[in-house]
Parts: sequence; structure tokens; C-alpha cells
Amino acid sequence: MSTNRSSKSTGVYGTGISRREAVRRGLVGTAGLLLTERLMPGALAAVTQPVAKTASSGKVKAKSVIQIFLWGGMSHNDTWDPKPDAGYEYTGALKAAIPTKVDGIQLGELFPELAKQADKYSLIRSMTHRNFGHETAAYLMQTGHTPGERLAYPSLGAVFSLFKSDTYKGIIPPFVVLTQPAGRFSEAGFLPSKYKPFATGGDPNAARFEVEGVVAKGITDERQKARQKYLHEMNTFGNAMANNPQIAASDDAEKQAYKLILGEGKEVFDLNKEKPELRDKFGRNTFGQECLMARRLVEVGVPYIVINYPAGWDTHKDHFQTMRRQCPQLDQGLAMLLQDLSDHGLLESTLVWCSGEFGRTPKVDWQPPWNGGRGHYGNVFTVLVAGGGFKGGHVVGSSDAKAEEPKDRPVYPVDFLGSIYTLAGIDTNALLPHPLGLEARVLPIGEEGVKSNGLLKEIM
Amino acid sequence: MYRLDRMKASFISAVVFVAVAGGSAVSGWAQDPFVGLGGGIPETPLDKFVLPKLQRLGVNPAICSDAVYIRRVFVDMLGTLPTAKEAREFITDSDRNKRRALVERVLERDEYATYWAMKWSDILRVKAEFPVNLWPNAAQAYHRWIRASLAENKPYDQFVREMLTSSGSNFRAGQVNFYRAIQNRTPEGIATTVALTFMGSRAEFWPKHYLPGMKVFFSQIGFKSTREWKEEVIFWDPTKITNSAPQMATFPDGTQIQLPSDRDPREVFADWLIRPENPWFTLNIANRMWSWLLGRGIIHEPDDIRSNNPPSNEALLDYLKKEMITSHYDMKHVFRLILNSRSYQVSSMSRINNPQAEANFASYPLRRLDAEVLIDAINKITGTTDLYTSAIPEPFTFIPDSMTAVAMPDGSITSSFLQLFGQSARATGMETERVNKPLPAQRMHMLNASHIQQKLEDGPKMKAIFNSSLAPHKMVEELYLTILSRFPTGDEAKNAESYAKSKVVKGNEGWVDLAWALMNTAEFLYRH
Repeated sequence: MSTNRSSKSTGVYGTGISRREAVRRGLVGTAGLLLTERLMPGALAAVTQPVAKTASSGKVKAKSVIQIFLWGGMSHNDTWDPKPDAGYEYTGALKAAIPTKVDGIQLGELFPELAKQADKYSLIRSMTHRNFGHETAAYLMQTGHTPGERLAYPSLGAVFSLFKSDTYKGIIPPFVVLTQPAGRFSEAGFLPSKYKPFATGGDPNAARFEVEGVVAKGITDERQKARQKYLHEMNTFGNAMANNPQIAASDDAEKQAYKLILGEGKEVFDLNKEKPELRDKFGRNTFGQECLMARRLVEVGVPYIVINYPAGWDTHKDHFQTMRRQCPQLDQGLAMLLQDLSDHGLLESTLVWCSGEFGRTPKVDWQPPWNGGRGHYGNVFTVLVAGGGFKGGHVVGSSDAKAEEPKDRPVYPVDFLGSIYTLAGIDTNALLPHPLGLEARVLPIGEEGVKSNGLLKEIM
Repeated sequence: MYRLDRMKASFISAVVFVAVAGGSAVSGWAQDPFVGLGGGIPETPLDKFVLPKLQRLGVNPAICSDAVYIRRVFVDMLGTLPTAKEAREFITDSDRNKRRALVERVLERDEYATYWAMKWSDILRVKAEFPVNLWPNAAQAYHRWIRASLAENKPYDQFVREMLTSSGSNFRAGQVNFYRAIQNRTPEGIATTVALTFMGSRAEFWPKHYLPGMKVFFSQIGFKSTREWKEEVIFWDPTKITNSAPQMATFPDGTQIQLPSDRDPREVFADWLIRPENPWFTLNIANRMWSWLLGRGIIHEPDDIRSNNPPSNEALLDYLKKEMITSHYDMKHVFRLILNSRSYQVSSMSRINNPQAEANFASYPLRRLDAEVLIDAINKITGTTDLYTSAIPEPFTFIPDSMTAVAMPDGSITSSFLQLFGQSARATGMETERVNKPLPAQRMHMLNASHIQQKLEDGPKMKAIFNSSLAPHKMVEELYLTILSRFPTGDEAKNAESYAKSKVVKGNEGWVDLAWALMNTAEFLYRH
């Protein structure tokens, strides 16, 4: 796919010339003069980057996004791209494929619940990036940028919280992670830390979901209010310095914090407000209740929610045991999430995507020490997408007979992320504010060496 | 002595009497907890470049109190709080020269190297993984080398030279990791990092032909792996030059040089850089050291040195440079000069609205404690520890319980607290990478997280205070000295005692809430 940059409205100071071009011209014009200066590198100040306030392009179909990340990389051929005829070397014991609600789409045998919801989601079976490292592939799948560039780009969630900050004004932070940050990955990249995710901590499957900082253990509301007043009385230094901008910023942050602590914020996190039968349907386990929690966050408008799957999928060893243990929970929670969003009329405006950073080697490694395990595999794998403007009941692309290579319509990270941004009304070509004022865009579509096959128009 | 008139009535009514250094206090004077009388603090040569300039701007800054001074020096130089005992002894010491004596003690403490190793590790990007794959034991070797260099007060020029000209294994010669901890590991990327780190200059904005000239010095660096897992050897590799034409390189000052074929070009570059007359080298470190203590560079940002970003006080910068050179790049010497100056000891409480005041260091600027310093302070006060982990599966990352966050040898070792409070990502080595801006989620954590609440309720040091047989007013005093490093004012003591007796709280809750409140004050959370 090619993108004609000059047609976009992201020129420098409205001049219509690109920043790169402006820098080039600036240097050509002044370099000779600068040679005589005592400290040479005065060519350009680190200018504040002109970032479009709203980077919107087109209609916003996806108001919220739920990203379910299967950290470690889930096998694709055991799950959503079954190859029952590939032979035991490939399928191991999980050789059965089951039909779904949609004719012609089959799933692996461990996904009976998702099979019933097949009209609600589509499967991208030709996702490819050929990267085999956890941290690099996770970066690629969540930023769309090639690892090892000189800039550390922000993830989807951080970009959402940047561009949604003028429309989303809720008291819950705009980018929430259930429940732990991924680690080995910097979600905000070079963006300021206010775009980092709010990680809830706690366990939504516990009797009380103790969201760190929001719901305190053993402190009555009365004491909570009394000590707030007490703090203000005892803040001798802060009170004397109230006009100091640092103190004022801290006071603002405190006011917002108390809105969550004492206000309606903590209600949102109270899963006991849901019917017990509904909670049962999601599965009484951490992942299931995280899915329910995600729906509650969507209801109050939170733009980006990440569920980091509570257990890993890096199944070099004990592969088949792990799949039999984890897939049923994933199946139940995810299927119920789609059903529940649909029941609440939220599926149309909520984009759900579920994937790991890569798939796993389609051929089972029977040798010791793996004894029936699967390694990292980035050549082809499957991503599930639903809602928010994505059509359900379709399959995009396909892998070859043994799920080793994309057979047709390879989908690259920029195609996939570009589709999400587009459905959310975020211009993939918009500038991001870089601390050094360097040129940085949401996605590198059209840049040298970046493979692309175009947005997922067939399901949008 | 000039005093700012913003003092609150509550200070005047304070009943705590504190001996004042220099004995210039009127006996029985109700001491302001934050502003001292400053009578015993002599002007130093450094002050001649700062104070007269402020007077011309109509500013006559107040000097901080003894209590503020000991806390400030501990946090700025050691990344830790004074204990209640240290604070009490210092405040009540009547020695005129106690501030100078404190500086000498602080410079000799073990935490000096530990804390400054953390600061340098931000700039030198000591992190096992993301965005650069250094690997845990390489990051730790790098950190070990940095810390040892600071502990022996290695001259700064030698410190830089050893890094720039280093060769050897990433696991054994820690300093070679300087060349590995770079995202864009091309000659151009390395040159850009060298410029940022040791010249305080952002090569991204240089005229186009300068970087290609400089990168030649870094185009013969070899990286090769060994039979040990993840080991990498850095070495001078002249075979990278395939043509026989003489290699021409250009220093960032525009001087061209033909590289001798029998010498590692990195040495040629280091020889050019590490000279007193180099326009960037001494300027960069002198300016950075000032900014680390005073919160703002004389050239600001400190790593954005360029001709159209002039210093706010050129004479001061020249003075610091000269001292750096004549002391043979003794970092402790320059720290000592700053710490003993009245200019460093100015109060943070200032209501001067002159826009030039800030750039001329009219008051000590408020800065939130660094993430690591903050959690260490909380743990020290409560007698607790935190769990730190690294996501990189690696047998070499063992983190003992007793290790402080400041001492962590690898930026990949973290906790949700450190993440939340802006631990540096160590991706670019820029000073702005460490973000100490307040966020609502941070305030929520301090106000309401069970992580903090548990420390306050069950921390052994807290329990020891709560369960002691101290009278209520002594209990208040102990908590103030422990948490805020000062005595309470009369009003504060009264408030605290009446809250502890109120009906909302029972048992120790009143004292837990006092500790909670003090830890949530700006005075605790900010360097001041």
C-alpha cells in the first residue's frame, strides 16, 4: 500500500511542507553561517512539535478497544487455525477441528463456546511479521514499528490516550491494564508518562476487587474523609507554598485521586454490582472476571483497555497440558465477553482484538528437553478481531496446509494496527510529540522497508 | 537578616525552640521550620557569581533552616533521608561549622556512590532489555564499573576516557557496554550518543555534514559473540575499512584529521574530547552537576548545549569549569563547592514573581523525589522492603530483600511502584527521561494503596514507635523527625494530639494516620 503524505494535513505550521523537508531546507540555508560560531550545533532549537489536536480522519466506529494479549505467544494451529490433516507430527493430540455457527469456519476442539459466537468475530489467519523474540515481537504487534529503530514508540493504548484526551473526560484513566503491566515492554514509549497505562493490580475474581489506590482495605469512608481533612491541616509546607506551580499541580492530582477514592470511580470496579449468574457465565476465574470488568470499563467510556492474560502462553514444554488447562478459560471468557457486549448494545462501538506476539512452531518438538513442546513462531499466526466496525463471520487470508507460511493475503502489523486506528478515527499518519522534536508518526505506513498489504478493508 | 513576609501566624506561635547555627538567634525566638537565620553561613567565592546578580534583580533570598539543609543534602547527595537521630543531632548541634562538617561526612558515605551510580546509569542507559538488549549480567557489570569509579572518585576525564576507548567482554569489562547500550548501534548512532552524553549536545540538530564527519571515529568498532551465552566482545576492528584510501574524520568543532592507521580512532577522538580547552567537555559536566543539585542547568536543558541556548549565568559556569579543571576533574570537589555555598542553601519558599528569578537560582526549586528515592524513604521509615523483579528470565538476576531501589544494578529490575512514579526508561539517556511530574494515579497510590497502608500499619519501625511508652507529644516529635526530619510546630503538635484522641480512630489508628498524613504532605514528597 502506498500513502501519499503530501495530501495529509500534518505539515509544519500549516505550510504544507513536511517537517523533514523543513529541517532540510533550514539546514541548507544556514549551515555556512553556523560554521563560524563558537559552539557549532546551534542549527536548530528543539522545537515543539506541532501535533494536531484531533488527529481524526473519518467516522469513529470504535469508541473503545479491548485488547486481550496472550503473552508468550499462543499456538495458532491448535486453536483458531486448525489443520486436522497435517498429521500427528503437527497436531499432536489436539487433532480435532470443530464446526462453528458460520459455515466453512472451523476452530480447534478446545473452543466450543467461541464456535457458537463465530458470527461476531473474524479471524486473520495470515498475520505475519517473521520476528521470533518475545520483546521485539510484542513491540511490533503493539506499536506497529520495527524494533531497533532509534525511537521507542508508544503502544496502541498510549496513542489512544493521547488522541482521545480531548474527547474522553471520565474519571477512570483512559488507558487501563487488567491487572498487571506486561513488563519487558514500555507502553508509553517516548510519550510523557501520563500516557502510561493505569494498572489495576488486585484480582477481579477475589471477593473484593482491590484496585490498588482506589479501594483501600479496612478503611471506613468516615475515616477516609476525616483523614483527608487532617492531611490538609497538617500540610504546613504545602499550604504556605500553595501558589507554587509544582504544589498546584500536585494539588490538582490529589483532587482527581479523591474523585476516584471517594466518588463513583470505585463503583465501576465493584463487580458485586453484577448479577452472580452473569459472573458465573464469564467463568469464576481471573480471566473471566477481567472480561466482565472490561465491559464495565467500556460502559463508562474508557477508550483503551488491555487484558494481559493472567497466565503465559510460552509453551516450550508442557505444551498440550497447558493448552488443555488454559484454552477452556480463554474460550469461555472471550465468548461471553462478545455475547455480553452484544447484549448491552456495545459490540458495534467496541473493538475487541485477541492475539499473542506471535504463534508457535506448527511442528511439535518431541525431542528432549521439550518433549512435545512448541517454539516461537512469527512467520504466520492468527488474530481474532470483533466489533468496533469489524465485520463478524469472516476469515481474512489463510496459511498453508501445515500452518507454516501465509498462503494468501499476508497481513502485516501496520495493516492490522492501521485498521484499528482507522476505525477509531485516528490518523495513522499523524505526528506524535517527540521529546526531541524528531519526526515520529503513529505508524510507519509507506516508509522504506515497511511491508504492507493495505488495511483490512474486506472486513471493515 | 532579610525575611520573606509570607510567614504564617502558625509558625510564629510555634513553641519548639531550636538552637541556631552561629548563635545569632535571639534566645526564645520561635523558629520557622523552613527558613533559617543563616548568620553562620559564610559567603563563598561561588556566591560572588550568584548573589550580586540576584540583588540586581531585587531578590535577597532567605537561607534554609538546618532541618531543611540536612534533608536536602541527604536527598540530593545520597538519595536517602536522615534518620530521626541524625536529624535531631544536627538540628540541635551548636557548632557554627556544622553544615560544612556535614558535607564532609556525606561525601564519604557509602550511599554516595550508590546514589550517583543510579543517576549515571540513567544517562549511560544501564538496562538489561528494552529497547536495547544489554542482557542482565552485562548491565550488572556496567553498573559495577560505574559504581566503583564513583566510589574511588575517579577523575571525570579518566572515567569518560575509559568508556570511550574500552575493549573487551561485556561481562568482564563493564565499561564496554557503553557501546552496546545504544538503540541505533551504527557509527552514526554511536556518535549521536557520544555527543549527547559527553558534550551535552543533540546531534540530531547539527548541520547535516557534521555527524558524517564524527561518525568515522566510531566506524571501526567490532562486536563479536563468544562461546559463552550472550557474551559479546567489543574491540577495535580495522578490517571494517575495506578501501585503502586514507580515512578522513571531522571533529565536531570542524577540524579535519587523517586517521593514523595504527591507532584505534576512538582514542583519537577521546584525546580531542578530554582536554580542558575542548568547548563542550568541561562545560557539559560542570553544567550537569550544577543542575543535579539546583534542579536546573545554567544552560537548560543541561543536555541541550548550543549557541542559541545561552547560559543564564556565564560567569558562574566559567567558575565551575575552572574549578573542575584545576582540581583535575574531581567531582567531589565541585559538589563540595556547591553544597557549601549560600547559593545552594537558599530557601525553597519564595514568592518572587520576577521571571528571571528562576533562571538565576533565586530559590531552591521543588522537585518530586525520584521514584527509587521515594520508595526507599518509605521503606526506611517503616522498616519494610519491597519486591523488585526483572521480567528477563535469567539466572544472574538475584535481588536480595535488603537491597534498596536506588542500588538496583539494572533498569529492567522494577516494581509497579517504580513504574508508576517515573523510573527512567533508560532508552535515550536524556535527562528528561526521568519524569517526576505528579499524576493522579501516583497520589492515589500514596493516599490509598494497601501497599503503603500495610507498611504504615505493620512496618516494624512504625510499630516500635506506636508501641513505645512515649508520651503523646514525644510520639508526635518522633514521627516528625522520622518522616519530615524536623520538629513539629506547636500547632502541628496540638492538631496531631487531638486527632489521635478523636472518635474516628481507635487504637494506633490515630498515629497511623499521622504518619500517613505526613507522608502525603508536599514537604515529604518534594525535595525542598
